[in-house]
Amino acid sequence: MGIFLRELRIHGRGGQGSVTAAELIATAAFKSKIYSQAFPAFGVERRGAPVQAFVRFDDKKVRLRSQIYEPDYIIVQDSTLIGDVNVFGGMKKGGIAIINTEKEIEGVPDGVKLVKIDATSIALEILGLPIENTTLMGAFAAATGEIEIHALEESLRERFPGSLGDKNVAAAKKAYEIVKGGL
Amino acid sequence: MLQIMEGSHAVAEAVKLSRPQVVSAYPITPQTHIVERLAEIVADGELDADYICVESEFSALSSCLGASAAGSRVYSATTSQGLAFMAEVVFNVAGMRLPIVMTIANRSLGAPLSIWNDQQDSLFLRDSGWMQLYAEDAQEAMDLHFIAYKAAENHEVLLPAFVCFDGFILTHTFEPVDIPKQEEIDAYLPAFNPYQRLDAKDPISFGMYATPDYYQEFRYEINAAMTRAKKVLREAGAEFGEMFGRDYSGLVEEYRLDDADTAIVAMGSVCGTIKDAVDEMRDDGKKVGLLKLRSFRPFPYEDVRTALAGVSNVAVLEKNINIGSRMLGAVGLEVKDAVYKNGTPVYSYVGGLGGRDIRRKDVKMITEWAETGRNDCFFGLREEVL
Amino acid sequence: MALNVGCSARPGNARDNKTGSWRTFRPVFDNEKCNKCGTCMMICPEVCISEDEEGYPQVDYEFCKGCGLCTEECPKDAIEMKKEEK
Repeated sequence: MGIFLRELRIHGRGGQGSVTAAELIATAAFKSKIYSQAFPAFGVERRGAPVQAFVRFDDKKVRLRSQIYEPDYIIVQDSTLIGDVNVFGGMKKGGIAIINTEKEIEGVPDGVKLVKIDATSIALEILGLPIENTTLMGAFAAATGEIEIHALEESLRERFPGSLGDKNVAAAKKAYEIVKGGL
Repeated sequence: MLQIMEGSHAVAEAVKLSRPQVVSAYPITPQTHIVERLAEIVADGELDADYICVESEFSALSSCLGASAAGSRVYSATTSQGLAFMAEVVFNVAGMRLPIVMTIANRSLGAPLSIWNDQQDSLFLRDSGWMQLYAEDAQEAMDLHFIAYKAAENHEVLLPAFVCFDGFILTHTFEPVDIPKQEEIDAYLPAFNPYQRLDAKDPISFGMYATPDYYQEFRYEINAAMTRAKKVLREAGAEFGEMFGRDYSGLVEEYRLDDADTAIVAMGSVCGTIKDAVDEMRDDGKKVGLLKLRSFRPFPYEDVRTALAGVSNVAVLEKNINIGSRMLGAVGLEVKDAVYKNGTPVYSYVGGLGGRDIRRKDVKMITEWAETGRNDCFFGLREEVL
Repeated sequence: MALNVGCSARPGNARDNKTGSWRTFRPVFDNEKCNKCGTCMMICPEVCISEDEEGYPQVDYEFCKGCGLCTEECPKDAIEMKKEEK
C-alpha cells in the first residue's frame, strides 16, 4: 500500500486558478487511466491570499482524505510565494518542483529536481492574460509524465469550449514542448 | 459509466436520477454546489421538478413537508446552521411520517463560526426520527440516495432520511464515480407510491394534535418503524448490489477485522484514511481493523456486537463532542452499549472538529491509546488549552 | 382518536365533540335590541350561531359552551348570559 501513490501540491494565490488546475490535472490523469483525486485546501480564500490545492494519483482508488504534507510534486504558480510560504515543505527525495519564474530560485531541497518555466510570459503571449495555470499544466505533464498531453488537451477543451479552449491548449502545449526540450 | 466529477455534482446527479418532483433548498456552504447544480439541471429541463426558491432553511423544509404530504417525491439539502434552523420542521417531517430524503454536507456548528467539516450537525438531530446514513466517498454518497429513497418510501418504514457526507472533504473533491443509467435507476426505484396524501377532493390533515392519552403511542410507532428500517435498508442495499455490483447490504462494513485485537469504529470519509492506516499498521504486524458505520439511525447494534465480538479494544474516532456526558462522543456511547455484555473496553477519541485534518498518524496514535487503555480524550488538541 | 400513521385525520371531528355540555351560562338574545349586524356569528369560537329566517341570531345549544364572547362583543347589548338551569 502507498507505494504507487503520488501526490501533488499546488501553491498559488486566490484568483490564479489553483483549484481549477488541480481539477483539470486530476481529470487529465483520469483520462490517462489513472485513479486521481483533487481537492482544495478548504477555506474562504480572498483574491491574492496564498492558497493550496492537491492532487493524488494512484493505480487504484484513492482512499486517503488528509491534506498533502509530503508531496512528490509541487507547482508554484507565483514565485513571490517562496519565502512567505514553505512551498518545499515535506517534499520527497526525487520529487519535482515546477515553478513559474525566470529568476534564480533558492532553497530547493537536496534531491528535488527544479523545473523553471516562465509561464506568465507564455500566458500573456498566447492568452493575452497573465493566467498561467493551464500553461503550468503542460509543464507538469512534460516534467512528471503523470498525465498524457492529449488527455490534458481533452480536459482543457471540455472546460473551456471554443477559441478559449484553443488558446489554453496552445499555451499548455508550448510549455510542454519547452520542458520536454529542456529535459 | 465511470466519470470524474466533484462530489457535490455526483450527488446532484444521483438526485436527478431519483426523479424528485419537488426540490426546495437554501444555499449554505459547503452544500451550495449540490443545489446550484440541481437548479441548473431543473432549468435545463433535464429533471421535471418544481424547484422552489425560498428565503430560509426553515421555509425550505416546510415547503418540502407540504409537497411530500401532497404525494410528491421530495429532495432537500443543507448543513450546520441551516439544519439547526430547520430543526422544528425536521421533527415534524418524521412525526408526519413523510419520506423526504435530505443530503447533509456535514459541517460544524457555531459558535465559533466555522464552515469546515465535522459531524455535530446531523448527530444533534439523533432523536428526530430521521434515518442517518453516512458515506465514505462520492460513490457511496451517490448510491445511498437511491437506497435512502427506497427504504424511506417503503410502507413498513415511512421515515425521512439524511444522507450525510463530509463537507469539503467529499463535497469539494474531484474523484471518479460510476453514474448509473436512468433506466437502471427507474427499475430500482419506481415512482413514489404515497401511503396517504393531501387531496382537496378527499381532505385529510397530517400531524394532528395528540393528547397525553395518545402522544406516547405515536413516538412508539416512530421508534418501531425505525427498528423495521434496519431490515428494509439491508434489503434495499442488497438489491442495489445485485443490480449495480456495489453491495450495501450491511449497515456496517468490516475492514480487516477478522483476527483483529483492536477495532477502530468511525463514520464517513475518515474511514478511507483509516483503511490506509490499517494497511500500514498490518504491514507492521499490528492486528487492527476498521468497523465502518454506514447507518447511525437506525443504529445496527446487533451488527456492531457481532463484528466486535472477537476484539480486545475498541477505539471510536468521533467527529463530534457529546458535551457533558462521561462518554466523550455520541457514537462511542452507542458502540459501548452494543458490546456491553462482552465487557470489551470502548474509548471515544474526539478529533477532526471544525475541519481539523485527520492523518494516518492520528489513526495510529488512537489505536495505541486504545491498546494501552487510555481513557476517552481529544486527539490533536493544542497544548495551550491543557 | 385513531392511531393513524403520521397522526393524520379526516375533517369533521369537531362535530363529534359536543361542547354544549360545558355550559354554565347560556346566551339569551333580545331581538328587540338586535340590529342583525352579525358580530356574534363571526366571533363565536364554536361557530354555533347562525341566522334564522328573519336574519336574527339563533344558537345551536348542542355546541354553545357558554363562553360569553358574543355577549361581550354585541354592540347593542342585546345578549344576556343567564345561569343554566339543568
